[in-house]
Amino acid sequence: MRLTDEEKAMLDGAEGPAVAAAMDLLVRYGDALGAERLCETRNVAGTMTQPSPVKAKLVREGGWNKSFAVINLDCDDDIEIPPMRVPTCQLQHGFSDDALGIAPYPPNMVELQGDAESFFGGRGVNILATCTPYQVGNLPVRGEHCAWMESSAVVYCNSVLGARTNCEGTASTGAASLTGRIPYWGNHLPENRHGTHLIESRVPVDGFLDWGMFGYFVGDLVQEARPVISGDLRRPDLNDLKHFGAAAASSGGVEIYHLPGTTPEAPTLAAAFGGGRLPEPVVYGERERRQVYETLNNQGTSTDVDFVLLGCPHASLDQIARAARALEGRKLNPGTELWVMTPRALRSVADRNGYTRVIEEAGGKVLTDSCPAMSRSAPVGTRVFATDSAKQAHYLPAILGIEAWFGTLEECVDAAVTGKWRGDLRAVEGAR
Amino acid sequence: MTIEIRGRCVVPGYAEGEALVSHETISGWGGIDPATGTIIERRHELFGVCFTGKVLVFPGAKGSSGWSGFFQSTRLLGTAPLAMVFTTMTTKAALGAVVTRVPAMSEFDHDPTEVVNTGDWVVVAADQGLLTVTPSRGSARR
Repeated sequence: MRLTDEEKAMLDGAEGPAVAAAMDLLVRYGDALGAERLCETRNVAGTMTQPSPVKAKLVREGGWNKSFAVINLDCDDDIEIPPMRVPTCQLQHGFSDDALGIAPYPPNMVELQGDAESFFGGRGVNILATCTPYQVGNLPVRGEHCAWMESSAVVYCNSVLGARTNCEGTASTGAASLTGRIPYWGNHLPENRHGTHLIESRVPVDGFLDWGMFGYFVGDLVQEARPVISGDLRRPDLNDLKHFGAAAASSGGVEIYHLPGTTPEAPTLAAAFGGGRLPEPVVYGERERRQVYETLNNQGTSTDVDFVLLGCPHASLDQIARAARALEGRKLNPGTELWVMTPRALRSVADRNGYTRVIEEAGGKVLTDSCPAMSRSAPVGTRVFATDSAKQAHYLPAILGIEAWFGTLEECVDAAVTGKWRGDLRAVEGAR
Repeated sequence: MTIEIRGRCVVPGYAEGEALVSHETISGWGGIDPATGTIIERRHELFGVCFTGKVLVFPGAKGSSGWSGFFQSTRLLGTAPLAMVFTTMTTKAALGAVVTRVPAMSEFDHDPTEVVNTGDWVVVAADQGLLTVTPSRGSARR
């Protein structure tokens, strides 16, 4: 890798040992990628405060300086962590004190995380505490070089916003926050952003459930490639694209897609492929749609639902309002819990609007900062859960060893109220 | 009989050991348990299989950006693979290999997941860009 004089000085310790360690990690990482150089970034979304047993041990040994050195810089030296060099935010992390007594999550981890927030907040890390920073205060502009983690945020950043980030990790974002640099590789290069595959839907893709299922199909099909989607696609909103990208980054590793006429780098189908030849389209039809539905619903046998999870990725205000409308005047089944996950900034608006009160009167909870998968924590005794998120249905059975159902928000609320899963793809079609 | 294939060094170093081959991409977060060094994704071909001390041969990384952090944890918890050999270069796999601090190679002249079978003896000479495979007795060649 070629380094600029300023970068060489950082590597040589001109700005202290933490910045030198950060630059050393970026050089090792850049060499591993085969990158030729670094680029400048002023937008980092990473994770420092998420508690874990490994981190608790490191903090006992050497405080948060030690934790950041080992986990965020891959450095074994005792170094002092300076203020962040460029704007940096914390993504989703563990449950916070608003979940005490609700999520069976160790109080000592809540305390550890609070301690971390003080340390890193004091060094300039904005504690957004969400997988959707673009909803609450970090909205990159088109073309901006970013260093983001969180696969669902990365695919949104590249595709919907037209900013540029690879799917970074804990150490690379840590190093970027202290240097303002990240390898110029992959999605940072304009020529690597054009489509590689064309997927054409022959069925209407309309609404949250169908956008998620289509994303799950596309991700499984293209893996790490760059899909361009076309066909019978009904105008998506933020929620739909948030779900589509999260699903495509769960069944595969999609980091950028184009939706001609909607996403910024694809005014036309031809532009989505950079003016090159269009590939033969892969068809998504009724049979493929049903296969995705069955895959996501092939993770259990019992229809007795004891937990419903909404808000993956973290719910927008629209989604919270919709959950409140579905729950208004109803009561949850005594053996079933319902959680809606959202960023804390949006929860304060939901409180103000009265959505939280409606959901809580029905027996549900609006929780922030985390999710059951991140914190490995669902209500005690959960054996079967239901969700409207393809991503959570993909991950949570493996993480918690529970059964899963996937359906619409209304079907999930029905399961929370009756305690029974009665979801059905055909009914969804009829309701359209 | 040995087979040699050439690739690019991702993390320098030398290691030799028994191969564990996955034909499917691997998830970090939600895909592996760092405490035990096993694959936990239910639908995965290696569900329940331990990779600790093995030369992990796989097509690439998928899923969450927690990938590198989870493999870094396998190093900190003593359950890491011996080396990493993968077909497709991604930021997740590159950073994951760096912070796991094991010899790693990618971008081969032949796809290692086609050439290597589970149980084969593999020599990873990452600095030389050379992977040497000695098929195990009774391993079914394709």
